[in-house]
Amino acid sequence: MSGRRRLSLAWIGTLPFFAYTIAFLFVPAGAVLVGAFQNNQNHATLSNIRLLFNHPYIDAYRTSIEISFTTALIGGIAGLFIAYAAIREGTPKFLRSGLTTFSGVAANFGGIPLAFAFIATLGPLGVLTVFLKSHLGYDLNAHGFSLFSKLGVELAYMYFQLPLMILVISPAIDGLKKEWREAAANLGARPWQFWRYVGLPVLMPSILGAMILLFGNAFAAYATAYSLTSGSVNIVPILIGDYYSGNVLDNPHLAQAMAFGMFAVLALMMVIYIPLQRRAARWAK
Amino acid sequence: MKPRRRFMSLSAFLWLLLAAAYFIIPLFATLLISLKSNQTGKCCTAHNYGWVLHNGDFWHTLKISFLLALETIVISLLIFVPTIYWVHLKVPRLRPVIAFLALIPFIVPPIVMVVGLLRTFKGSPAWFYQQPWGFLATAYVILAFPYMFFSLDAGFRSIDVHTLTEASQSLGARWTTTLFRVILPNIRTAALAASFLTLAIVMGEFTIANLSAFHTFPIFIQYVNESQGFPAGAVTLMSFGITWFAMLSLLLVGRKRGQSGGVIAGAK
Repeated sequence: MSGRRRLSLAWIGTLPFFAYTIAFLFVPAGAVLVGAFQNNQNHATLSNIRLLFNHPYIDAYRTSIEISFTTALIGGIAGLFIAYAAIREGTPKFLRSGLTTFSGVAANFGGIPLAFAFIATLGPLGVLTVFLKSHLGYDLNAHGFSLFSKLGVELAYMYFQLPLMILVISPAIDGLKKEWREAAANLGARPWQFWRYVGLPVLMPSILGAMILLFGNAFAAYATAYSLTSGSVNIVPILIGDYYSGNVLDNPHLAQAMAFGMFAVLALMMVIYIPLQRRAARWAK
Repeated sequence: MKPRRRFMSLSAFLWLLLAAAYFIIPLFATLLISLKSNQTGKCCTAHNYGWVLHNGDFWHTLKISFLLALETIVISLLIFVPTIYWVHLKVPRLRPVIAFLALIPFIVPPIVMVVGLLRTFKGSPAWFYQQPWGFLATAYVILAFPYMFFSLDAGFRSIDVHTLTEASQSLGARWTTTLFRVILPNIRTAALAASFLTLAIVMGEFTIANLSAFHTFPIFIQYVNESQGFPAGAVTLMSFGITWFAMLSLLLVGRKRGQSGGVIAGAK
């Protein structure tokens, strides 16, 4: 009896945390949820959600998903190779610690400064653009490249996607035990056979899990694309932002519906992520 | 046993070279741009840095963002240190619940969160809704949730909360004495790490500030990007320097604790 009373009292100690979470996380999240299904008179409606499946909103979701998918896939694969290159035997130790440190910083170097760094590099007057044109005679823009396009956004996103992949996947690569490789070699396996039958199957849940994190990372991003393209690339966060920066405020519920749609995509990603995470953990320790 | 390889393999070298080129060229290009003269477009002058340093808005917004970061850190620590201490000491059963709640900001990105916050607090008093210290700070505390929780939780797990608390109390210490003189010094590095990470997040946060129309440091950088060619390079590098400072401090603090690896946060 007394044990039970202690527990109910002990609960109270966590009250400030729960109060804060409810007031500033649950209530606003609930407001998005409810608002997405209301019209301007606050009556229940599905019309906002239905609108999401029409032009231009559905295109924004498609572009958002394409950018996230491309950068997660390419960033994931390239990040894996870079991480492995830094970890594998023969690579000097300082390269690995340098890469880890830099990744820690670069994964946090998003947004407005990142956009400018890419404009300075590959913009119409960027250092690399000018260099290629004047020294190698190659005109990027004449060949159809524009930094202020989907491709440009993807190129810039890699700057935080690669470091994230490197940070997330390195512990998993470390977890590949040396003994497994030696055992495989003793049994006569060639290196590719080790990777095909041991290395990749063990790493696969971690790789897919990390790629889902990368997907969510790019899907949620707003500032980089906004600053890079001056808001002209048609992705969901920028459409949402447009509603609040003045242009079209006739139906705030549509913005809430778009936010709800983003939440739905990310929640779906989490549902895929959690079992993968569990599978990946099987090989830890 | 096979002898250790003496040299890097060629493919490892090429991958790392590619990564180095991709990561370094944009920074180098920004540096070159920042050194160009606004009048002649030629290298090299420190004039752009002077322009930034003599800009009143630069200092004004930097101050706002820095104070916001401090406020966010203080509020977050006030919420999380006692909560996690209490959970470890008395209600370990609640730990998974709190871990889950602390993770939610990962699936509710800032752009979604700000939509909800704007709708919820639209009619709230001006001292809250129209002040960065009210509206923005509360949102930033939520953004800091995952980093605060995981850093502090790891810190508390690495010390023996029960023994320390009992020893302190059997020596006659009060609760406040136990918390401030026994527990806090032991989790100082974890708290510092979480604080530096929060600093990096708040100093770079653009989404929420832009949609709720507050003039913070990243908003100033965006304004310079739009209006000034070469000084934008200077202010970009300065902003990168702030991130470097925060993250390197974090890594140094973490290394002392015997941890490795980086942490992921940031305003994309």
